[in-house]
Amino acid sequence: MEKLRINNISVSYGSIRALSDVSMSVAEGDIVALIGANGAGKSTLLNAIVGLVPLQNGEIDFEGEKICLPKHHQKLSTDLIVRKGIALVPEGRHVFADMTVEENLDMGAFMIRDQSVIEKRKEEMYDFFPILGARKKQKTRSLSGGEQQMMAIARALMSNPKLLLLDEPGLGLAPLIVQDIFNKIKIINEENKVTVFLVEQNARLALRTSDYGYVLENGRIVLEDKGENLLNNEKVQKAYLGA
Amino acid sequence: MNTLSLYLQYIVNGITLGAIYSLIALGYTMVYGILKFINFAHGDILMVGAFSGLLIYQALVGEADPGVWTMLAFFISMLASMAICAVLGVFIERVAYKPLRNANRLAPLLSAIGVSFILSNGAAWIFGTTSRRFPYPFQNDPIHMGGVTITPHQILVIIVSIIMMILLAFFVNKTRMGKAMRATSLDQNTSALMGINVNRVISLTFAIGSALAAVGGMLASFDFRVYPSMGTMTGLKAFVAAVIGGIGNIQGAMIGGVLLGILEAVGAPLLHIPNGMRDTVAFAVLIIILLVRPEGILGKNEREKV
Repeated sequence: MEKLRINNISVSYGSIRALSDVSMSVAEGDIVALIGANGAGKSTLLNAIVGLVPLQNGEIDFEGEKICLPKHHQKLSTDLIVRKGIALVPEGRHVFADMTVEENLDMGAFMIRDQSVIEKRKEEMYDFFPILGARKKQKTRSLSGGEQQMMAIARALMSNPKLLLLDEPGLGLAPLIVQDIFNKIKIINEENKVTVFLVEQNARLALRTSDYGYVLENGRIVLEDKGENLLNNEKVQKAYLGA
Repeated sequence: MNTLSLYLQYIVNGITLGAIYSLIALGYTMVYGILKFINFAHGDILMVGAFSGLLIYQALVGEADPGVWTMLAFFISMLASMAICAVLGVFIERVAYKPLRNANRLAPLLSAIGVSFILSNGAAWIFGTTSRRFPYPFQNDPIHMGGVTITPHQILVIIVSIIMMILLAFFVNKTRMGKAMRATSLDQNTSALMGINVNRVISLTFAIGSALAAVGGMLASFDFRVYPSMGTMTGLKAFVAAVIGGIGNIQGAMIGGVLLGILEAVGAPLLHIPNGMRDTVAFAVLIIILLVRPEGILGKNEREKV
């Protein structure tokens, strides 16, 4: 079943076109990767899904419901879109640096009203990311980059999303930590049945983890296929895998 | 009276004055924390708070002698005035600032100055420009403690201010919406990603800031009387207090207000500044702070992100 459907969307920043007629879909239960170079429009696409960036044309459906329409027809603001069950881990993590780890998780659970559910979710997160449990009373700014990334993912999971969007989860982190984070993403997908759509510059790792992949170049989708097929695709190898 | 007790007296007076500055400074700092914008109409909100408080109080007690009922009436009129100012603050934000949220940064600032003129001139039109006395709701006989004299009015100011600040600290640190407010001041887009309705948080910020200004305005009116332009100087000084503490920082506003009150009360006699020029102390402090530590006492030196 289709979880997310993007239909011919275009996005511009002033006179600069960031996305042109992009269409794609994310099937329920899959991990889907979007790869592309710096500036290809990957983050713009994720931000458009949650309504942080207005569409010029096209529409985005989540579970069959239109969540994004062109600018002047857009009805849902970001906070209402995420309440449908979408969580975005933004590029650069954007943790609330002046808040403790625990307070960050509380913010992630903002839309949950039942305090006992929140406490239970927090315990689950501390089990899943033990380092966060050890640091729960610390200000988030004192965490390392990898810890902050785990924190941002845990915060996104607090709301129990159906679709998890990840923007460059490996950015600026050591290879071992990146591997660890991707392993966690795999577990989240398989055990918690969360559909994942991720954007990543580390194409090899992203495609290996994914069921399906898209390649974005200059704001256009130029290729799409199963993850393993893209890994073996000559063009992809040449442009993104350094082969 | 020896010099030591004289200066102790100045400090007590300064703390009282400073507590009022703090209450008003909180509104500046909370709004700045979230919108990065100085609400120059904030001083006039305190004027509206003082007027509405006074009118409600007078309607309740008439010319009654100070007693239990007048004290009760004072607190009732304070709550009513807080509610009136909260609604007014939210209304002003919706009408005058929200439409300009994505405009040039100068636009909301100019809009705020316009709102300020509308409020003070509107008050002059409705109430006239003669100043009114806010009658003490209690017997204001000074209490002598050692060499220091403290009035019931000063005790009221300090107790009410402390209660307000404790309530605010509890709200911001412990409640769900309070945390959402802190999160929004740290990162608006990410807060929206958490499901926080940023517009609602902004309205709430204006409501709380304006309600605190109403309290500050009522407490200030015993000393300064009530008149349409009363908010201008007190508002400016509270703004200075917010800058001293570190604008955007709630604790900073509390500390900055009390510090400014003490500096003003102690500095003027210490430097032999004549009474008519006392206000220069606050602005001299502002200049020094801007030169020496522009981010304020508790402010953070914000790095520009690439």
